[in-house]
This record gives sequence, C-alpha cells and structure tokens, in this order.
Amino acid sequence: MSYSPANVDQVLEGSGNEVLVRARGLTKKFGSFTAVEGIDFDLYRGEAFGFLGPNGAGKSSTMRMIGCVSPPTSGELSILGRDPVRDGSAIRARLGVVPQDDTLDVELTVRENLLVYGRYFGLPRHVIRERTAALLDFVQLADRAKDKVDPLSGGLKRRLTIARSLINEPEILILDEPTTGLDPQARHVVWDRLFRLKQRGVTLILTTHYMDEAEQLCDRLVVMDHGRFAAEGSPRDLIARYCSPEVLELRFGPALHETAADKLKDFSAERTEVLADRILLYVTDGDAALAAVRAAGLEPLTSLVRRGTLEDVFLRLTGRRLED
Amino acid sequence: MSLWPLSIRALRCWLTVYRRIWRSGIWSSVLGPVCYLGALGFGLGSLVDRHSTASLGGVPYLAFVAPAILASGAMNSAMNQASYPVFGSIKWNKIYLVAQASPLRPGDIFRGHLMFMAMRIAMNAAVVIVIMWAFGSVRSAWVALAYPAAVLTGLAFAAPIAAWAVTVKLETSFGYVFRFVMMPLMLFSGTFFPLSQLPAGLRALAYATPLWHGVALCRAFSLGTAPGDPLGMLGHAAYLTVLAAAGTWAGTRTYRRRLYV
Repeated sequence: MSYSPANVDQVLEGSGNEVLVRARGLTKKFGSFTAVEGIDFDLYRGEAFGFLGPNGAGKSSTMRMIGCVSPPTSGELSILGRDPVRDGSAIRARLGVVPQDDTLDVELTVRENLLVYGRYFGLPRHVIRERTAALLDFVQLADRAKDKVDPLSGGLKRRLTIARSLINEPEILILDEPTTGLDPQARHVVWDRLFRLKQRGVTLILTTHYMDEAEQLCDRLVVMDHGRFAAEGSPRDLIARYCSPEVLELRFGPALHETAADKLKDFSAERTEVLADRILLYVTDGDAALAAVRAAGLEPLTSLVRRGTLEDVFLRLTGRRLED
Repeated sequence: MSLWPLSIRALRCWLTVYRRIWRSGIWSSVLGPVCYLGALGFGLGSLVDRHSTASLGGVPYLAFVAPAILASGAMNSAMNQASYPVFGSIKWNKIYLVAQASPLRPGDIFRGHLMFMAMRIAMNAAVVIVIMWAFGSVRSAWVALAYPAAVLTGLAFAAPIAAWAVTVKLETSFGYVFRFVMMPLMLFSGTFFPLSQLPAGLRALAYATPLWHGVALCRAFSLGTAPGDPLGMLGHAAYLTVLAAAGTWAGTRTYRRRLYV
C-alpha cells in the first residue's frame, strides 16, 4: 500500500518534501515468523511520523531496521539516501535513538553518560562538554549533572536518554515508546520537549500504543497489525475515515444490557459495538442519536456523547482481542 | 572507515567505566597471587624441596610454580573479563546495545572490549610478576618476556571466550565452563607438577591444551631456560597466537550475528 494523501503537502510545507527514509516492500523475517511484511512508506524531513499498533505488530522491528541494527530480509530501504546494510555506520552517525528500555549506565553520573556516548560519535571533549551543558538545560536536568544515574526517577532517566540521543545533533530521532511507564506529569514534559525538537526541524519517528501520544505528536501515522499497515494518514484523516464524528456510549445495567443490544442492532448508527458493560453507537450527531434511542423506548442508565478518537480507530482496525 | 579508530572509541567507554570501579578489584588481584605463592611456594614447596627436584628441572618448587601461577592467573582474568561482562553488556548494563546505536559496528564493539580485556589481563599479570620478584622466585632477566607471554596466554583465552559468551542465552553456562574447563586446565597443565608425572595418554591431552603452552612459555622465561629451546618457544607462542587470532576472527562474526538480528 503506497501512501500520499492530499494534505501531506500542507503538513510538510517548507520542508522541501525531502524524503529521508524510503521503504518499498520492506520485510523482516525471524525464521518462519514474519515480523514485517512488505511495507511501503516515505518519511519526509521535519515531520513527526508515528508507528502505532498492538504489541507484536512489527513496530520495533521496523524501527530497528531504520536504526541500521537489523538488516532487512527483503525489500528496499534507504535512509538519508544510503543503504543501511552497507553504510550503517555513516547513517547511524546522523541518527538519534531513544530505546524502549533505558540503557543508561547507572554506575556513571548524568554527565559521564553523555561523555561516553559522545565519544562513540568521535566528538572531541570540548564539543561534548558544550553540548552536554546545552542538552541538560534542554531536558531540565542541569542541576543533576554530577549525580549518579541510579537514583533518578523514571521520568528523569527518560529525559536523560533523550538528551543522550541528541549529543550528535541527529537529523532523525527514533523513539521506541518514549513515554511507556512514565507518570502523567513526566509524559507531558517529554511531549513538550519532543514538540520543541520538532519545531527545531528534527525529524521524529516514534512508536507508541498511546493514542493521546500519537495525536499530540504525530503529523502522520500508520497503524500496524500483523506486520502490515492497516491504515495510514494524519490523526484527523484516520478519524474521519475509520470512525464517526461522534460516539454515543450507553449503559443499561446488567439486566437490560442484552435486550437493549438486540434492539439497537437495527438502529441507524454507522456502526454499533457491544462491549461487556456498554454499547457504543458510532454516529454523526450524538445528541440526535440519543433522542432517537429514547424515542424507541430505551432509557439508558447513563449516556455519554463524545468525539470520535484515534483510540476508536485503533480498536476498530486492530480489534479488541488480546495478543502476546 | 578503518578498523581501529572506531574500536578505540569502544575501549574509551570501558576505561571511563573502569575509572569508577577499579578500587574494588585492586585488592583481589594482589591477594590472589600472594596467597598462591605463599601457600604453594613456601608451604607445599618446603615439603617438595626436601626430596629430589630433578623432575622440576632442579629448581626450587617456588621457582617452578610461580610462572605457572602467572600463566594460569592470566587465563583466569581472561575468563573473568570475557564471560559475565560480555553477557552483561547485552543483558544487564546493555553497554553493547547503547554502542550499537552509534557509528560503532559489532566488530568495533568486540575489538574495543577485547582491548580493554587485554589491558586488564596485562595489569593483573604485572602485579603477579612484581609479587613473584618480591618472593624471590624469579631466576632470570628473561622474565621480562614472561610478561608478554602471560598477556598472550590471556588473549588466547579471552578472544574465543568472548566470541562464545556473546552468544550465551543463560548465565548458568559460565558456571559449567569454570568447573569443567578452567578448573581441569588449571590443575593438569603442568602448573603445580610437571607433566612427566602424568600417565602417557593424559600427557598427550595436556600438551594439546592452551594453558600448558602458556605455562611452558612463562616458565622458560622465568627460569631462563628459553634460549636453549628457541624453536619450542616459537611453537608455544605460535599456538597461542593462532588461538587468539581465531577467537578475534570468530568474535567479529558472533558479535555481528548476535547484535544485528
């Protein structure tokens, strides 16, 4: 499935539409298991691109291939115009990577972590020192520079990992589930920093299974399932395409739940979904639908009209089943 | 990009980490050889020396056993450096996984770590040689060459062990190697008694083990008998060099296979 929606040009205005990552038929197999199955995409300079999907959908495998640490099994992949297998080292010099688990050296101090990492990129000590000061300011860790990493909270460690990934001033920043496991305050700080990076022109590629994160950060995203793209577009596009403008949530209580579900089946909603405790009607006008439900003689215990969200899209596309 | 500069970047990371932790290891590297030389050289040695030491080459037991302590110590520090630290660089502190995201390639990561292992082996061997000298067990100025010989012995173990350790999935595997490989080598490689004391079949087996070559080399330099057998010395050194080179070759491949999945 190749993708070039009409509004990509608006999103990417001023970026010159330079393609930084290009994949055609990109496939990754582990033995007989196919983790990524022939995906196509173009990532443009300056955009924030998200890979969404349940665990095991192939997000991390895709990210590892883009990070040049996992050779594709077949298909084409070019990053910054180069071949990741032949020129991996040179490409990685221009990438920043924030892995899913914090991989900080907890025996070292905050500053030493950046020093060690900066040396991997062959940066002279004075350059590392200058950048470390600026980066620790940027992630608001300047006052902890001399502290050991071990006692830092999860949020501070994640911010340090982000600072570390920026030591080589990367053109592309790859983030694998950047806020998984963080408390709400810490998540918002991370989002704020990532948004600033985007404003500075850093291209962001991230995976997440948080829909609010995707809506906050991503210009474009793909929903992955079983190694393929189930859908692609901007958050707004996807909601328009795969959900309804509004969702009416109805609760009838255990006694009436099934009868109500039966009656609502023929109701003129775009789509009806029956969950264990509530019934969801995907409609254009929630209030009108609620009035119609009542007119049909059904009186819900509680009702809620809300806007369609990316989460609705996600659940529709990848199902409510539990995997892995 | 050439082979070495990127490896040096990996080495410098290990040096930074080592600067934080060296104090905790320094005493055990001194205490170990002091205990061995004290117990074996003076304790056991005083018993042995009462009988004929002809089978030892006519030297006191302390002088006989000290270079073997040097060589087997190099083997032990190689095992310590190349086993858990390699495994942990993937599973625990993830040093390899961090380095992997940088321009370093698996081969650079391997060679950088191997250089650090060589440095630690060399540091420990230097301590042993100083203690050997303090115990009066050095019989020749050729001992200066026992030092590189010990480091080479360590590398002949470190490179292949690291090449294997990176592929290990369960840390319990290391326990088996310590018990079933290192321990027999330590006991039966002409370390504590000359191989002439072994039955012929076992003797042939012992000649094939790398530690015996390391012990023979270090002993010949420490006792000053090396100039009488230059070909033998070359043979020992060649055997150890081949092992170290093969391990380095294999490590570049196993690291790539393990890190680039």
